[in-house]
Amino acid sequence: MSAPVEIKAKLGLDVFKPGKEPHIRIKPGLERDPRLKPAIKACPAGLYTENAEGEVLLSAEGCLECGTCRLLCGLEVLDWNYPEGGDGVQYRYG
Amino acid sequence: MDQFDAIVVGAGLAGLAAAYTLAGAGFEVLVLERGDYPGAKNVSGGRLYINPVRDLFPGLLEKAPLERYIAWEGITLMAADRSVQMSYTGRELREEPRQSYSVLRSRFDRWLAAQAEKKGATILTGIRVDDVIKDSRKVTGVLAGGEDLRAEVVLACDGVLSLIPERAGLRTPGMPRDHAVGVKEVIALDAGTINERFHLEGDEGAAYLYVGDATRGRFGGGFLYTNKESLSLGIVAGLGDFLKDGQSPDVPGLLDRFKNRPEITRLIRGGTPVEYAAHVIPEGGFRALGRLWGDGILVAGDAAGLALNIGFTVRGMEYALASGCLAAQAVLRAKEAGRFDADTLSVYERLLEDSFVLKDFRNFQAAPAVMENPRFFDHYPETIGDLLRDIYAVPAGPKERLYPTLRKILRPGEIWSLFKDLKAMARL
Repeated sequence: MSAPVEIKAKLGLDVFKPGKEPHIRIKPGLERDPRLKPAIKACPAGLYTENAEGEVLLSAEGCLECGTCRLLCGLEVLDWNYPEGGDGVQYRYG
Repeated sequence: MDQFDAIVVGAGLAGLAAAYTLAGAGFEVLVLERGDYPGAKNVSGGRLYINPVRDLFPGLLEKAPLERYIAWEGITLMAADRSVQMSYTGRELREEPRQSYSVLRSRFDRWLAAQAEKKGATILTGIRVDDVIKDSRKVTGVLAGGEDLRAEVVLACDGVLSLIPERAGLRTPGMPRDHAVGVKEVIALDAGTINERFHLEGDEGAAYLYVGDATRGRFGGGFLYTNKESLSLGIVAGLGDFLKDGQSPDVPGLLDRFKNRPEITRLIRGGTPVEYAAHVIPEGGFRALGRLWGDGILVAGDAAGLALNIGFTVRGMEYALASGCLAAQAVLRAKEAGRFDADTLSVYERLLEDSFVLKDFRNFQAAPAVMENPRFFDHYPETIGDLLRDIYAVPAGPKERLYPTLRKILRPGEIWSLFKDLKAMARL
């Protein structure tokens, strides 16, 4: 696992416009669902983590809006939307 | 309620190509983009191959803010402890008209948006489209920013996740196995250092692909492209592998590991990372293409699954530009017919079939299956690396004869599987 601090530093390079509320959420009560597990390794921003109780936690701040978790985990375990217009990552190079 | 001739969802290459073409024909076209500016949400590796799309936009791309023309191609088989590199240059890559350029999307897309606006297109940014509006079965507009916006036809150019076609009932969410995730760092480096380090003259550029240990022997690979004053360094990893077992490497770690390879560190030394980006890429080829048209709606670019990886070339941008342009042409024909129903709009598929777009997808429909072969990513880089290790080795004692050295690695079983893999490649 790449150290979280390294990912944080990389995300620090990007321009983000924070939204009012998270645009992706784990559906309540499904935090232990195995379908969430692949996102822990696959999320390029390292936003999915697992705690000692085996619950997957998501912090949507720093989301690169790549779509990996929507495809891997699916809509039965995630409420998934793009951030509202004008919010979220704003790529300056792309 | 506002009424337009056409509403384009997404100011990426497909959407902007469609808007440019439609506005050029006098259409009242509205482009809705959720980013702060066109390109704000768009990520590519990125390389644009000009030849197939040059004639679709006469006189346009010559003025585009492209980075460097690719004069040097490189492919590296990367084993854990060694690598084998092949590089190619040819006169056709260096002479006008140039085949391919490195591109940074934020700059390119903003420029293309400005050209569409000059033709008369309206581009609204910072607006997310939340749904399509339907009258019985026909799409008649979109819901965006709490407003009903109506049009004769909606062009869904909303990128790989294709949420608008999903809303319109044209498709269901894609499968992980038909997609890969790309992560990329843009690393600023002055032009002089880039030219010296990559042996380039003037605006020449280099494009290197890395297969094998770049993705720890799994489907995908690494890439390094030279831009004018930066490098695009990244990896692409198949999403299907993350479902198979618990052993898959983590994506951010893969990129860091790749960056720390000795083959890479010397190329990026002294550079300053200025952006970290990620995006999903369609990898399913012809089989995974979504539905391209419906009542009052057309789908273009990544939203239709129009990206094609055949190993040596990984392409998406020119399919987006071409499909956007052809979708616009289909709309113009529908306008002539005075109908925007599915039947009339289906001419879009015929236009794609007659163009390089679906011809490429048909010709390379075996590509995803051929490239799924894990031996390309774990076995061959190691084996060919071992072969060269033994050929170059000078031990303390006497050196073994070359033929027995070769035979040790190219055993009968190895030759048989190599034969089978080459035979499978004949489907490409």
